[in-house]
Amino acid sequence: MPVISIDKDLEALTLTLTAEYAADTKQVWELWANPRKLERWWGPPTYPCTFLEHDLSVGGEMLYKMVGDEKGDEHFGRWRILAVDAPNLIEIQDVFANDDGSPNHDLPSTKFEVRITELDGGRTRMQTISFFPSLEAMEQMIEMGMVEGIEAAAGQIDAILAEG
Amino acid sequence: MRHVRLTYNQMVVDKTRAVDLDDEEVDRLFHALADRTRRDILAQAMTGDHSVSALARRYPFSFAAVQKHVAVLEKAGLVTKRRHGREQRVVTNMNAIERARTLLDHFERLWVERLERFEAVLAEDDGGPDA
Repeated sequence: MPVISIDKDLEALTLTLTAEYAADTKQVWELWANPRKLERWWGPPTYPCTFLEHDLSVGGEMLYKMVGDEKGDEHFGRWRILAVDAPNLIEIQDVFANDDGSPNHDLPSTKFEVRITELDGGRTRMQTISFFPSLEAMEQMIEMGMVEGIEAAAGQIDAILAEG
Repeated sequence: MRHVRLTYNQMVVDKTRAVDLDDEEVDRLFHALADRTRRDILAQAMTGDHSVSALARRYPFSFAAVQKHVAVLEKAGLVTKRRHGREQRVVTNMNAIERARTLLDHFERLWVERLERFEAVLAEDDGGPDA
């Protein structure tokens, strides 16, 4: 269980997770900077993910696609990179995208920050902070079916962890 | 569905504390929650407003049967029906803080799993967790 703490601010609508990994900051950064690695963990296993665009620089954009392995339903997401400081910080605006990859401004978008800090003993702390615009936006995102995919994937993750 | 169940407990506790329910009200609350369909309707209402007819389409029961389930939840003080144009929407009686907690729980789960997969990918690149 890499996650060591979870903090929810019920008024500001922020969610902060802190995880620690037995790896150095460069290895942790690589999982964001390398699209072939990023796509292996970003989406649930039942929705294989591919990054079609990947530009990790300030003002850069990323586009990813997730395809349901049962129904073949496709979901697109677009990231706008607000800030980068390798290998310690990324700020991302995460928006739903249409099938042609264009951002879908009818659906809510969220911002999240990633903070990576070196610890003693070759370990690294990674903190992710999500900022939600409103309760209604969160409800809409859940209704979009995000959570269903996750529920279905949960069993598979336990299996992967058990193998490890 | 684990987190949804926890939320029910929380709601029951919060309601009991906040309103000082009498025995009869507690009976109604537990009766309302003792049915799987009603628990599912409540879970649906927690993640957004649904009309009674939209809810009815989810289940293999008649519109009238689903309406009855909603009425039981309403009597127990768990949901309210709100008119929205021509349809009746079912909304939970949770306050904003309870709603925020329930909604953030969904995203918490998403991130916990993501960060666990992150570890698995890190470990593989390292030649496995034992390397």
